[in-house]
Amino acid sequence: MGVASRFILRRRGGKSWHWTDIVTWVWLVGGLIIMFGPAVWLAFSSFKTPAALAEFPPSILPYVTSQATVQGYDKPLQLFDAKMPDGSTKVLAEVRRIGLVAQMVDPKAPGEIVRVNINDRTPVRSVSFATENYTTPFTQFDFLQYLWNSVFVTVTATLITLIVNSMAAFALSKYEFRGRSLAMLVILATLMVPLSVIMVPLYSIISSLGLFNNLWGVILPTVATPTGVFILRQYMLTIPDELIDAARMDKASEWQIYWRIVLPLTAPALAVLAIFSVVWRWNDFLWPLIVLSRRELYTLQVGLSIYSGELNVQWHFILAMTVVTMIPVVLVFIFLQRFITTGIAGTGLK
Amino acid sequence: MTAPTPSPTLTERLGSLLMAPVHLLMRAIDIPLRAVQKAAGIGGMATVFLAPNMLIFGIFVLLPLVINFVYSMTGGTAFFLTERQFVGADQYARLFQCANYLDPMSCQEDAFWTAVGNTFWFVVLQVSLMILTALITALILNRDLAARSFWRAVFFFPVLLSPVVVGLIWKWILQRQGLLNFGLYQFGVEPYTWLTDRNWTFVATIGVSLWAHMGFYALILLAGLQAIPKDLYEAAEMDGTKPARVFWRITLPLLMPNLLVVVVLALIRAVQIFDEVYVLTGGGPGTSTLYLTQYIYETGFASALRNPGLAAAASILMGLVLVVLTLIQLGIGQRGEKKGKR
Repeated sequence: MGVASRFILRRRGGKSWHWTDIVTWVWLVGGLIIMFGPAVWLAFSSFKTPAALAEFPPSILPYVTSQATVQGYDKPLQLFDAKMPDGSTKVLAEVRRIGLVAQMVDPKAPGEIVRVNINDRTPVRSVSFATENYTTPFTQFDFLQYLWNSVFVTVTATLITLIVNSMAAFALSKYEFRGRSLAMLVILATLMVPLSVIMVPLYSIISSLGLFNNLWGVILPTVATPTGVFILRQYMLTIPDELIDAARMDKASEWQIYWRIVLPLTAPALAVLAIFSVVWRWNDFLWPLIVLSRRELYTLQVGLSIYSGELNVQWHFILAMTVVTMIPVVLVFIFLQRFITTGIAGTGLK
Repeated sequence: MTAPTPSPTLTERLGSLLMAPVHLLMRAIDIPLRAVQKAAGIGGMATVFLAPNMLIFGIFVLLPLVINFVYSMTGGTAFFLTERQFVGADQYARLFQCANYLDPMSCQEDAFWTAVGNTFWFVVLQVSLMILTALITALILNRDLAARSFWRAVFFFPVLLSPVVVGLIWKWILQRQGLLNFGLYQFGVEPYTWLTDRNWTFVATIGVSLWAHMGFYALILLAGLQAIPKDLYEAAEMDGTKPARVFWRITLPLLMPNLLVVVVLALIRAVQIFDEVYVLTGGGPGTSTLYLTQYIYETGFASALRNPGLAAAASILMGLVLVVLTLIQLGIGQRGEKKGKR
């Protein structure tokens, strides 16, 4: 204890404690609990049976009450720790309950019925993970389809975003042409056009193109991101023009220059954009909600919100599917967090 | 003598195998594009490269922006423009038709004004709390901490979660048998159904959006703090300046450009709040957490009496607010750049 507290309370340079140090620790530890706690709680809850979810006060770990099949009884009986009149405790199976008295039997000697006051018995519980919360939505509901739709939208939209945005960024950074500053201005000006401002006319455009109830109707409006063009262009401006001139001397076509020289050199910026695009598209909600109205086309986000809004919410399934929806983003967070934080700090995009 | 080239590793071979069809595709694209290049010249290729992006951008961003105005001046429930009749400024007039201008409930579109009022209070409270908590977090993360990148990640974690997931996490916690009631139960407070209480749901939407986005703004502020030259602080320390004075005289003035950007960004985002609230409360109970984007969505698509023209008019009014905020932000950015040049 002494060593541990000395380690935790140690200060750099051996200075004494100041009130700001206390505030810092309270804020950090409180932050740790408030930021991670809810997600961890959700993950734990997702392994509970519906009966355990309805319990109050809730337990942290998923428990189930133990049951046993006893000779002479068709159904499995629930096991209890019962306090016997002589003060000892014994594991008994409950046959039936009449008022305040439970009729119980010893599973090992099922012949004799023991009467126990219900206040003298507590259920035997063991930790058990209800993995069927995860398997049932995939096998019996459409969640496998939703997962596939989400993956398809995310991957396709990200690939198109990378190609189309990098081509535009190449044109805007390496060519002198009339209307270049106009194009830049238009892109910058619409950097902030949010979906909520254009959703009504955008919907009419999507349906006149026949893309209503079509995953492409979700993908296409998102791919020409001004932010993407902007970061890629800023990065391409740092590539020396001499490289391109040398390639032109060697009779390389402009497409080859873009594909063989500029794109490989832009890899770091492309990686940042790819990570952001994956997170954006995976998390998109309002637009897929508008475009997709057939169940088999829902993305995970839409499917989850529709299921959770239904009258008899099956929380055990919803919780498990929420965890599944969280997994890709948590993986991105664990492995690529550094790229994202530097990306945001540098450009202020999200 | 040349050094022997190292034989490619398995991953390198696998990579080149996977990339082979891509390279083939790019070569195939090159053939027609060479012909285009011959016809249009090197300069003309810029248009070719720009075309796909501009085409998609034009169809799905610029065109909707323009026809939104047309939409807002037409009536009916049809979505195709040709099937809608022109009504002039009727939709705007409908939004602004009130018996008594001091009482939003007396307006014809009382839902719109309820949404405006809710959004206003939401923005005021959420943004001020957001700036305060993000600033405190950034200041703390900027201290000489052990494992700073870990702590930064802790506060940043919820930013990446999808709004639907955020909504569901908190819906689960605020349930009657949820974690919050469990925590309060330890102190003898009886379980309460938070999400059926008009006042508490409003508080919950603010709290949840704070939880989900605070890390983002803290990160921008932290970058600003780290850009402040260290020698200023060293000089202040040598002069024996009090920490509070250092904060008000050095930290805050030098952080101001970042702080203003964060305020405007937070305002722009808060005005458009929708996703997590929609999942958490669905705008309810009643209309206590009905915000503007949800009003537009429901008026345009979801309700039985849908009125796309009215939704378009409301979205243009919202757009005007956002334009003003964006112009402020651009103004701040330009001033910051000028300062940087000097």
